[in-house]
Formats: sequence, structure tokens, C-alpha cells
Amino acid sequence: MAKYSLSINGKIMSVEADDDTPLLWVLRDNLNLVGTKFGCGVAQCGACTVDLDGEALRSCVLPVSAVGKRKVVTIEGLSEDGDHPLQKAWEELDVSQCGYCQSGQLMAASTLLKSTPDPTDQQIDEAMTNICRCGTQVRIRKAIHLAAKKLNTK
Amino acid sequence: MDFMNSRRNFLKVSALTGGGILFGLVFPSFETNDASTALADYMPNIYIKIKPDGKIVLMAPNPEIGQGVKTSLPIIIAEELGVDWKKIEVELAPLDNRYGRQTAGGSGAIRGRYADLRKMGAAAREMFVNAAAQIWSVSAADCIADDGMVIHKSSEKKLSYGELASKAVTMQIPANPTLKDPKDFKYIGTRITDVDVHSIVTGKPLFGIDTRRKGMLFAMIARSPAYGKTLGNVDDTKARKVNGVKNVIKLKNSVAVLATSTWAAKKGRDALVIQWNTTGKLENSSDHFAGFKEILEKGPTTVGRNDGDVEIAKQKATKVLDVYYEIPTLSHCQMEPLNFFADVRDGKVELYGPTQVPDQLRNDVAEKLGINKDNITVGVPRQGGGFGRKLMTDNGVEAALVSAAAQSPVQVQWTREDDMQNDFYRPAEMYRYRAALTANELLAWHQSAVGIGRGIRGDSYVAGAMVNYRSDSQGFNSNTPTGWWRAPGACTMAYVAESFFDEICLELKKDPVAFRLDFFKKAKDAPVGRVGYDPTKYKAVVELVAKMSNWGTTPDGVYRGFATWFSFGSYAAQVVEVKLEDGKPRVTKVYCAVYCGRVINLSGAENQIQGAIVDGINHAMFPKVTFVDGAVQETNFNTYNFLRMYDAPLDIEVKFVESDEAPTGLGEPALPPIAAALGNAIFAATGKRLRRLPFAGQL
Repeated sequence: MAKYSLSINGKIMSVEADDDTPLLWVLRDNLNLVGTKFGCGVAQCGACTVDLDGEALRSCVLPVSAVGKRKVVTIEGLSEDGDHPLQKAWEELDVSQCGYCQSGQLMAASTLLKSTPDPTDQQIDEAMTNICRCGTQVRIRKAIHLAAKKLNTK
Repeated sequence: MDFMNSRRNFLKVSALTGGGILFGLVFPSFETNDASTALADYMPNIYIKIKPDGKIVLMAPNPEIGQGVKTSLPIIIAEELGVDWKKIEVELAPLDNRYGRQTAGGSGAIRGRYADLRKMGAAAREMFVNAAAQIWSVSAADCIADDGMVIHKSSEKKLSYGELASKAVTMQIPANPTLKDPKDFKYIGTRITDVDVHSIVTGKPLFGIDTRRKGMLFAMIARSPAYGKTLGNVDDTKARKVNGVKNVIKLKNSVAVLATSTWAAKKGRDALVIQWNTTGKLENSSDHFAGFKEILEKGPTTVGRNDGDVEIAKQKATKVLDVYYEIPTLSHCQMEPLNFFADVRDGKVELYGPTQVPDQLRNDVAEKLGINKDNITVGVPRQGGGFGRKLMTDNGVEAALVSAAAQSPVQVQWTREDDMQNDFYRPAEMYRYRAALTANELLAWHQSAVGIGRGIRGDSYVAGAMVNYRSDSQGFNSNTPTGWWRAPGACTMAYVAESFFDEICLELKKDPVAFRLDFFKKAKDAPVGRVGYDPTKYKAVVELVAKMSNWGTTPDGVYRGFATWFSFGSYAAQVVEVKLEDGKPRVTKVYCAVYCGRVINLSGAENQIQGAIVDGINHAMFPKVTFVDGAVQETNFNTYNFLRMYDAPLDIEVKFVESDEAPTGLGEPALPPIAAALGNAIFAATGKRLRRLPFAGQL
């Protein structure tokens, strides 16, 4: 067990965990930030995606000891009042079905929009590698375009 | 089921402390006045709750697994009750037998409950109206109810349902409430957003995996690495030394490690040294398929349907098309890996977690633990997908056993590998299809099928429109477990039958749409034996999708495939468009026409269709499970390939045939035809007829 100070959603949080504990489980079990989901544990499905210094990262394979001073943003910190343009677009287009993968999808999409404010379909294909077992991809794509529009007309 | 009229009155009303009123449900400890006692004999139904502050809560009785019933079932109640949808709250109902069938399966929730939920809402509405009429000493006929208010038309006096609650409780319960004229529907048939969408996009703890309770331990379980192996010696020395591990419990054929965190439980579990003894046959998928082939070549099979004489027709034919189709084993892979919370102490059991069959789970736990059902509660959170996996109760039962042994509340968490290696798989199957043909005529259709487990039942729609038709099948014994997988039976048969139909169209130089319409005409005008569908409805979806896609005028560089199927009471017809990118087909667009009676929630319904299409494309293209010496080879998404954004259509256009009929199934019916429509489009694009799933490795 070691102590770590992590920057999560704009706050410094201290946790005690084994150094090999993936960030995912530190978020879920130590900090009770359960919006970040477990899906595969091998960085494939993307349900555990968080924003690490502006990049989409699969937290299920990142040991807590490797996080360092980098800033972590989880779904709980994506916006203050749940009104990020992506969250609004997701609601407006009624994207989700079961909803389980959507926090990871949103975090992947939010980092995409940071680097690419108006992504093409091809850029969406490349950035959005998360799995949605319910098959909401068509609506996710539309919602990203809609959110980009909202962002760019702000 | 008719639980409404089984007693002299169907709606239970009781008062809650503080003036709240709960239609349907009596909480005995809350019964505080004479009215509730007097009404205690009524048959309870438990869908509408008015809180003391006037807030209206509608209960969603069936598990929500992503099929949208937490939204669509309450819409039906709200419509008849006359409330403002934006002001109501929705709760997932706990397990309670008074709700009837609380199952997520068989595309059955809406079609099973539509009529009853309308009556529930309408009866409650009439009681509010009657209460207001009495208070005002006016005729109920002069009052209307809307947006949670009763209004006296001439005086414009108003009382809210909340204000009327204590009076409404004393009203006679109408046995035959007047239902709304569907032309006056405000909500049914409109686009309504999922009730949980805001909680979903803000990461709220909605799911079983998010359960956190005081004193709860996290558990992971070591299960057999192969079918045919059972638990032998266990050395838990290292496991117990893992930081955070609190307990190790040996179950009948598995070992649970309990710890203070999920990660510690996993590390402890992985540190167990277990000897697994081979006590059964260690099977291979390759042997399954070899066995299937042998049966299809030599028999024996059991006849399912036999019209005319296919053998004589084969002799008359100028060509007999004789082909084999292969379907691999599949995992369910619902996005939320299995888990369950259980607290078994002092003869009482609390269960909370993902299940499609809470009632069955309670029965199974009662039997396993020898605890009376009355001492077992089952709470069902929103679930990260279902697809049929949780029609099996193993995850809940196992958690109960662990908690009982540990005398502690536990959350059993499965890894993805646990999930995929301990599934009840969609069974592998093989089909042999034979068609007796002349230059321009199909004389006979002969379908033979073999699959792990019970074998395959059912027929294509050509049965009923063919003079010579035969279907036969055979089950295949295996110790690899099988279960229900979204649109069971239909999901594989539609692929084979509709691909084969396309092959026949090619042989006979027939247009795939026009030739199918010929069959529906025959089934209607000159049926042969039983016709298990409505040819008019089939025709309607086929014609609608042809119109949507401008069938017959394919744009340059676009290749199309068509298929249609009837399942779970509904009809779906699809046109898939593919383009070639670097010589490989990519799905760009899908058109889908659906006949499912009245649509309740247009947004949710369309989402189900779009999702089923993507689901079907995924499983046609990418994943398969292979058994080698009883062990599953594909244990996570790095080997069990899955569709990503690029592989999904850019657009899926959905239209519903307008209908005033009661709703039919919707969660499953759009899945069965899509694999064939895709395969037929791939054939159009590449000239390759793909008779084995999944397609990806063959392109």
C-alpha cells in the first residue's frame, strides 16, 4: 500500500492503494466515482475511458502509480451541471439504450472535440473505438456532430 | 395473463401516511385510516403512486436491460392517467408477484402489458374525476382530467391529483374504465427521451456493479477453466496473503475470494492454486461441426413439417441446389460484466443486481439456501445489457451462496474473462438447404438443421406458400452450456433461409423483392397447410422498405442486399447498402421497415431497431467462440472481435407501418434478417456467397 495524491476533476484527492491497482478501481472502489465503468480490463472496450491531460485513456490498464501529476477528468467532472454540449446532445438525440458504455463514449468524444472541434465522419471513426453492445453508434455519431455544432456556435 | 379481472375489483387503493395515495399497493405498516382497511380486499395492482407532496410516481414493472421499458411502460399509464409526462417520476418496481410477469425476454413487456396498463391509468383517472365531482357537487361527466388536474368545464374550477388524493381513495373502483380514443393520445406514438438519460450521461450509480453497502466485501470467483473439468485440490495460502483479502470460500465447483476491494479480490483469486480434474468430455468446436455435417449427410433427423413431397420434386428438378451453412457459438457479452449483491444473514436474504428473471432468481435462491421465499427480496437495478444472458440465474444464486457462507454482504464481480468462459452460449448450428429447381421455377424447399442442445425448430415463410416443403432437425449432445440469445432461433434461421432465398433468386433470375411478394400472394390466396404469419403484413413491410430505398435504382458504387423476417409478433424488412473501400465491403446505410402494431415511444422504438441492426451486423461480421479441449479460446474483446464505429452504418433509416393494432414485439424482430441482408449485399458487391458466420475473415 502506498499513498497517492491524484488530481481528479479539479480536486486533489489522496488515496491509499497497492501500486499496481488500475486507476479504474481506485476511482470506483476508493473514491466511489462509479460513473467510470468496468467492461473488459484489457483496454479494448473503452467503458473505463477517462480524460488524462486532454487525452482519452483506458483507465483499466493504467496503474495508479503511473498517474503522477497528470489531471484526470471522469464523467462526474465532465461538466459542473451535466450540461456539456455532448451531454446535451446525448440527451437531445436520446442516444443511450442500456447506457452502460455511454460515460466512456462521452469521455472519448470530449477529448476528440478538444483536439478536433468539428470532426469529420472519418475522424469520428478513428477516435471512437469504444464498444457499444446495444448498437447506438449511429446516434453517437450524430450526437458528436450535434455537439460540435453547439460548441462552434457558442 | 389476466390478473385484472381475477377478483371482484382490479385496482387496489390505499392511503399513505400524510395524505399520499398509492394505487395498487398496500404497505401494511402504512395503513392508517379506514379507507385503506375497507379496500384491503381488492386485487392489488401497483403502478401509480401519488406522494404527499402531489408528485406522481409511475412504476415500471419489468427489468430495464436497454430495451427501453422503464420509459415505454410508464408512458402507457401516463397516457390514460392524464398526467404531465415532464412532471412525473418513474421507478423500477421491485419484485412483487402482484405485478405479474416481471421478465425481460421474448420481446414481451409492451405486448403483454399494453391493455392492462391502459386500464390501470384510466381507472385511476376516473377515480380522480369522481372525487372532484363529489367535492364540487357536479356531474363527473362535466369534468375532464389532464396534466394531473381535474377541471370542471363550465366553472373552470381545478383540483390537482395531489389535492384529490385523499378523497380519490374513497371512490368506487371502476370495473370498466373508459379508455382514451387513440386519436387523442398525447404521448403514445411520440418521441420521448429515456427517463434515465440524464443520469446516464452524468455517470450516476444506476447499475448493479455500482452497488456499495456498509460492510460489503468484494468477491471474485475461480471457476472451471474448461467444460468437463471440476474442482480438485485448492491451495489458498498465497491468496490469503494478498493485501485486502479477508476470506476464501470453497463452493461446490468454484472458489470465492472476498476482499476489501475489487482489485484485491481479483489478485487473491488469481493467486489461488487449484487443481482442476477432468471428469467429463473435453469438447472441441471442430468436432461439433464434423458431427453436425455427418448428421446432415446421413441422418437421423426428426421431421418438423412436411407438405407435398420434396423427394419427388427433387427428381423432377433440372437442378438441386444443395448447400451447407455454418453458425458458430456466440457469447452474450452484455456490456456490464455479470455481478450481484447478496446479503444473507439471520435467515433473511437481500439480493440486488442484474437479472432478467427476478422471480425465477428468488425461487432458485430459496431452493438452494432452503430459505422461504417470503424472506427473500430481489431488487433489480438498471442493467448494462441483457441479450438473454440473465435469463439464467447463476450470477445471483452464486452471490447468495457466497454471502451465506461468509455471513457477510458481498458484491460478486465477474471479469470479462469470467463472463465469456462461463456463459450459456448461443449454440453452434449447421443447416443444409436444398432447393429443387427448373429453369424458372422453385419446385421444393428442404431445410435440415442440427444444433447443440435441442436443435432448431421453425420454418421460413416459404412454408405455407410451397406445395413441396420439408423441414427436419436434430439436436446434438454437448456439455457446453447453451441458452437464449437475442431473438433465439430466429436470429440464425433468418440468416440461412434468407441467404438461401437470395441464392434461389439468382438461379431463377428473379428480383429478390418481387419474388418474395409472389410468396406472400400465394400464402394469402392459395395457402398450403398452416400459414404461421400474416402475408398482408409481410407484404406491407417489404413494399415499404422497397419504397424507402427506391429498390431497383441502385446508385453507382453501391451494392444492395435484401431480407425480411417475422418474429415475436412483428415484421421487419431490410435493405443493406455496402460500398467497397480498398476492395472490402463497408456498410454505409440500412433501410428498415417494421410492422409492430402501435408504436409506444417512437424514439425508443427506432433506437431498438437501429440497435438490433448494428447488433446483427456485428455478430454477422466479427465474433465467434471456439472450444478447444472444453476451454473457450476467445475470452475477451482482444480475441472476441467486435464492431467499432467504423463498421457501423453511417445511417439507419427506420419506418413503421402505421397501425391501430395493439403493439407487438420490438426488442428482437429487427435482428434476424440483417445478417442475410448484409450477406446478400456482400454477394452483390464481391460475388462471394458467404455461408459461414462470421464473415470478416472470409473477405
